[in-house]
Parts: sequence; C-alpha cells; structure tokens
Amino acid sequence: MTEQKPILQVRNVSVDFKIPAGGMFGGNKILHAVKDVSFDLHQGETLGIVGESGCGKSTLSRAVIKLIQATSGESLWMGKDILKMSPKELVNLRKDIQMVFQDPLASLNPRMTAGQIIAEPLLIHYPEVNKTERMARVVEMMEKVGLSANMINKYPHEFSGGQCQRIGIARALITKPKLIVCDEAVSALDVSVQAQVINLLMDLQKEFGISLLFIAHDIAVVRHIAQRIMVLYFGEVVEIGESEQVVMQPRHDYTKKLIASVPVPDPKEEMRRRELRRRLRREAAAAA
Amino acid sequence: MALLEVKNLKVDFQTNDGVVNAVRDLSYTLEKGKTLAIVGESGSGKTQGAFALLGLLPKNGKASGSVMFDGKQILNLPLSQLRAYRAARIGIIFQDPMTSLNPYLRISRQMTEVLELHKGMTRSAALAESVRFLDAVRIPDAKNRVHMYPHEFSGGMRQRVMIAMALLCGPELLIADEPTTALDVTVQAGIIDLLVDLQEDFGTAIILITHDLGIVAGTCEDTLVMFDGRVMEYRKTEELFASPAHPYTQGLLAAVPRLDKPVERLSTVSYEFMSQRGEA
Repeated sequence: MTEQKPILQVRNVSVDFKIPAGGMFGGNKILHAVKDVSFDLHQGETLGIVGESGCGKSTLSRAVIKLIQATSGESLWMGKDILKMSPKELVNLRKDIQMVFQDPLASLNPRMTAGQIIAEPLLIHYPEVNKTERMARVVEMMEKVGLSANMINKYPHEFSGGQCQRIGIARALITKPKLIVCDEAVSALDVSVQAQVINLLMDLQKEFGISLLFIAHDIAVVRHIAQRIMVLYFGEVVEIGESEQVVMQPRHDYTKKLIASVPVPDPKEEMRRRELRRRLRREAAAAA
Repeated sequence: MALLEVKNLKVDFQTNDGVVNAVRDLSYTLEKGKTLAIVGESGSGKTQGAFALLGLLPKNGKASGSVMFDGKQILNLPLSQLRAYRAARIGIIFQDPMTSLNPYLRISRQMTEVLELHKGMTRSAALAESVRFLDAVRIPDAKNRVHMYPHEFSGGMRQRVMIAMALLCGPELLIADEPTTALDVTVQAGIIDLLVDLQEDFGTAIILITHDLGIVAGTCEDTLVMFDGRVMEYRKTEELFASPAHPYTQGLLAAVPRLDKPVERLSTVSYEFMSQRGEA
C-alpha cells in the first residue's frame, strides 16, 4: 500500500469563519476553525480523526471535499485539486466520494421511502441505468447492509436508529465510491448497534476496497477501525500516526488526556485511570 | 435499614397501539452513601424506572409495585406529598443540561429559588449558599458566574451547575440520568470524577443511569443491567466485570472497543438480543 500514490493528498488546508465580534458596530472576528492541516489517505485505508466537539474535525472533513469553502490549501484527489474544481467536475466527484452522517434519522428525507433514498444517488449520477436495473441494485445493496428487501417501501420513521444508519450507508455505497467520509457515523447509536455498524463498515471496506475518513470523538472506536489516527485540537493537528502508536505512546499532552479520559470497563483499571487524571489535573493546575 | 428499597416496580404506558410495558419487574436496594449503576440501552426502561420514583412519568404512564425511601412508601404519592422529597431529599440530574435549565433566568435565581422554597432561606443567604455549591462543583470564579445565564456556560459547565443545583438541599439520594452522555469524553471524565469526589464529601447515595459500562466500572459498588424492562444481572460491580453471568451483559461488554484490550472484531451478541425484540 505504501508504494502506491495516495488517493487523497491534503496540503495545508485552513478554514476561517467570520463571526460577529459583538456590539452594534463590532465588525467581524476571524475564527480559525482549521489551521494548516495536511495528510495523505491511501486506497483501502482508514484514517481516523479524533478530537472534541468544536475542534474542527467535521469542518476539516467537509472542507477537503469542498462541501464548504476552505480558505487556503489544496486537496488533491488522484492528483487533481478538489478545491479548484468547477461545479460540473464536483458533481462528477461525488460519485467517488460519499458521506455518512451522524444523525441517522435527520440525514434521511422523511418523505421518501428507503428504496427511493438509496436509489437517489444512482438516479443522479447514473441516469442511464434503467429502472429495473436500479431496483435490482438497491435490493442488492440493502441486503449487503443487512436490511431485508421487503422493507424497501417503508419510510425512515418506521426504522430504528441502527437501521436508518444502514440506509445511510447503503445510499453512500450505491455509486461504488472510492472514499466514504463518516462524520460521527456511529456516535448516536446504542453500543450494541454501534458494534454491528462498525463491523459492517469494516466488512464492506474489505469487500470494496474503499478508503474511509472516519471522524469520531471516541478514540477507542477510532483505534478499532482505523489504521492511522489524526488528533485535532483547536483546529490543529497535534499528532498523526499509526493507531497503535498514537494510543500506546501518545506524544502530545492533549492525546494523553484524551486517552486517560476514555472509560475502561474494568474496575481496577478505572481506579488507576482516575488517579492518573487527578495527577494530570493537578499538574495542569500547577502549570497555570 | 436501606435508604431505598425498590420492589417489583412496573411501569406501563397507555398508548394508541395498546399498553407498552416499559419496566416489567425491577427490584433493588441502595444503602446510604452508596452508588448503584443502572445500565441499559435505549428502550431498556432504565430511565422510566427512575422517573417513576419521583412521580415524573408522563400522564399516560402508570407505576405499580413498591418504593420505600427511608422506610416510607413514596410510589404514587400525591404531588403535595412528593414535593417534600423532590429536590429536598432526592435530587435529580437530567441528561441534557441545556433543556433542564430555564434559559430566561440567571443561574443565581434558579438556584436561590430552590433554597427559598425548600429551606425558607432569605435571598442573600441563598445566594451565598449557591456560590458555595458552585465552588464545590469546581466552577471557576463562581461568585461572578452565578449571575450568568445558562447559554453563557459550556455544556460541561452547565452540567456542573445542574449537579450543584441537585445537591443544594443536601439530598440523601441523587439520581443522575445519563449525566455525561451529551458531553465530550474529556469533559465526561471530569464530571464523573467530580461525582465521586462529591459523594465522598457529602455522603449522598447515587443512582447512576447510563448506557456506558465503562463509566460504571470505577464509580459504583453495585451494577444492575437492564434489558427490555427486566433485570438481566444485578451484582457487585467488581464481580460483574470480572465474570459477567448473563449473555446480554457479556455481549454488551464485548460490543465496545477497549483501549486496554484491542479485539479483531466486536461482539454482536447483545445486538442479537435487540434484534430479536425487533428494535435494531
């Protein structure tokens, strides 16, 4: 994998937002949501992005595929800069890059059936596919993600959260993309359902050789699914490396804190970690 | 005598589609100053089971069974009598601190109100006491922050305010319903550590309701695992983690990726339980 050229090369991407500075004539303040981020993503690889809410992880993932406008930098998709693509080129690109969102229900149109939702990307990107063929592919995809074909005419509200997320995954997969951006795709799910969806994602990745950009706040989940982890803190990359290395030998203080905060289902280990957190807190207080 | 003794608690909801049994049979006891964790996934009945204690069920909900608090039956008491327990002797923290604080009122007013109502304090004494509690939950600069509005606090700080409010009257029991679910993991760790420390200081008994077995491990003496309105397993926390007996508990533990023990593949045993009930 390493000799291959990465499919996505992100170079020095920054995203700024203008926010009101307050006061009637206060003008605007610049919020640097993402600062000078670079990374590579190879084919079939999963890169996990962790960080707390507001650290810019969603903003970053949206900026590199131009769902929002980056302020500077480049994002090379097989050598071509996405950030400079024309709207027409972008539509073409969406075939190859799909997204799975956090809130399974909110990301599905309530007035469309599961079948229509999953078929829509095909309808847009491959209008030449006829109806019978389209339906056949929808059914095939539903079965792939563990939904039975007789649910095809049901509406989102008739599904559970886990099923809705599988509809979202089927929708993302139907155009046979090369990259899927999963923005907190399992965070809203019960742990049992989360486990099932994670297994599904990993299976499908193996089967189709897709790359994943997997965004989550839970570093344990990210370590499980990703080969490499990038830790974002206030819009900056504080650490990026092989998952095992980042988790076992964290270099940055924030990564250490993040790891010490993850609850471990083992009473003795948890006591030890609480002591560790106490120490980190005391050290931070002493430093301040 | 145990502080709280729940026996054969049932909660039913009358809905358009017939009766829904949210809690089918729930029994447990909690001693003074101890912590019990009630663990379950969505729809397990863990929250409704706790809400029933304080008469917080929605109108179509009906509770039966027995709830003895400090030797007295409190289940289905009329509101006038329940008031003597709510906040004063049994405090509660809800999952979402933003929606459980009044956005129109300063924190100071929301806190002093509780003390004036339950303890008959004057406004100024109540304010001083409120500041003391905000200090206790480690809100920096509590003296000035007490006059701020809920939206001026971050999520973690808001949850600290909720904890301070719940502890104001020195309740003997604190019910914490998913107190950290909406929070970042670093903030969550801070809140859980805070609850543990406060319990040592105030001697409050705690019922910690959560879906996360991880946060239970280091905090609670006893753990009760619920599924589908029933108790799957109810044991000493240490034993439960060392040798989970029920297949659902085993599945739940193996469904979560662990930092200390990586696995190739996550277990979906607990998922099978859910799908058999038709919910996954």
